[in-house]
Amino acid sequence: MATPARKTGSQSSGSAEPDGKEILAHSDIARVLDRMAHEILEKTKGAENTILLGIPTRGIALAGRLADRIERFSGNSIPAGTLDITLYRDDLGQNRLRPLGPTDLPTGGVDGQRIVLVDDVLYSGRTIRAALNALYDLGRPSSVQLAILVDRGHRELPIRADYVGKNIPTSRSENVSVLLNEYDETDAVELRGEIE
Amino acid sequence: MKHLIDTADLSREQAELLLHQAEEMSRAVSGREVPKLPALRGRTVVNLFFEDSTRTRTSFETAAKRLSADVVNFAAKSSSVNKGESLKDTALTLQAMGADAVVVRHGAAGVPERLATWLPSSILNAGDGLRGHPTQALLDAYTLQQRLGRLDGRTVTIVGDILHSRVARSNVWLLNTLGANVRLIGPPTLMPRRIESWPAEVGYDLDAALPDSDAIMMLRVQRERMLGGFFPSEREYSLRYGLDQRRAARLPEEAPIMHPGPMNRGLEIASAVADSPRTTIVDQVTNGIWVRMAALYLLLTNGDDE
Repeated sequence: MATPARKTGSQSSGSAEPDGKEILAHSDIARVLDRMAHEILEKTKGAENTILLGIPTRGIALAGRLADRIERFSGNSIPAGTLDITLYRDDLGQNRLRPLGPTDLPTGGVDGQRIVLVDDVLYSGRTIRAALNALYDLGRPSSVQLAILVDRGHRELPIRADYVGKNIPTSRSENVSVLLNEYDETDAVELRGEIE
Repeated sequence: MKHLIDTADLSREQAELLLHQAEEMSRAVSGREVPKLPALRGRTVVNLFFEDSTRTRTSFETAAKRLSADVVNFAAKSSSVNKGESLKDTALTLQAMGADAVVVRHGAAGVPERLATWLPSSILNAGDGLRGHPTQALLDAYTLQQRLGRLDGRTVTIVGDILHSRVARSNVWLLNTLGANVRLIGPPTLMPRRIESWPAEVGYDLDAALPDSDAIMMLRVQRERMLGGFFPSEREYSLRYGLDQRRAARLPEEAPIMHPGPMNRGLEIASAVADSPRTTIVDQVTNGIWVRMAALYLLLTNGDDE
């Protein structure tokens, strides 16, 4: 069987190839997340009744980091959870094996809450479409927002992020890699040339 | 992995993946108002049962429906097969119907493999002859993991009619793959030939095996098979190999008591033991759904990946 992986190679990956062009370094990612946390606080008026839900794999770490910052900046702790979207994908059976990941919702569930979905890369929008379906099978949030570290364009669905760390214009043949300390022992966003 | 035919074919990695996915299935569905996931929407799962087994068929049907697949029950016993249709013609009919997965139970060993060569569908063995019943073994392993944590180095004692038990066979291979020591206990007349080549210890004395068993699995005595004179009387079988309260007390305190069902109360297992909280019989039924969901999901969404 194939090695578990949750993202398609053309979207993001954590494999550490050395020849990528660095778009964001460790300090840039920290600064970008600081800004996003402030934006979330501003737009949600203090992040009351707000839950951050990370989409596996790297969205989980980003949601955790944003929640830490929001608590540091506002003094209010805000719950962060995980939303696995595997079973809701529209390409099941077309690609490699897709093992399920965990879904961990804060106690109390999502009913009536403002949900901020968090992911590393926004590309076609299909992952977010799946996340919306998964979310609405779990309850009825009052509203849903989207926070993304990197928006690389090429949308195939009418989906737009509320909070964007960095817009990176790409060609479809390029590959955006988000590396995070939690998984890759380094923080960086890299753009690589031709994908296979 | 395209088919699930025998536990002997599973690598440790595949077996652990199946068990892990079963756990994720249970987490994904538990506590939901509508316990249904969209993963297999538009796929067709055919339950092709040449032998009656309401329990297994219903479990597969529930698993497929929870993943939003369409389910067709093909009770071969009461269908054209009875009118002389060959297995191959049945297979061609299923192919024409566009079955994405075929769950097959048959009295003859090897039928699932044969179907796999004829059909483009994924084949799931739901019991073939005396040979195998892989999803039963997987749900047993899942239940054991739930109760014991890891299976590595644990001793699992399987008791009873090993000769006629596909559950025992599938369990021996799977538990061994997962690192457990398997011990088979039963009357010598109910041990298969060449059992010494199996990756298991063989013994005939249940009492001696109890104190160092981390789990015990009682097999059903199939009364219809006992006409062959495999043991002198039900009473003698029960005295030597039945799990009564006195024997259950000699097991380590945490050791779960398993039974694949349906039970013969008072024969292989005493009623008081069957109803005690140490038994996993009800858990096994629930876990069967998670394991079958995991198997259907992994086989049907795996693309061309072998």
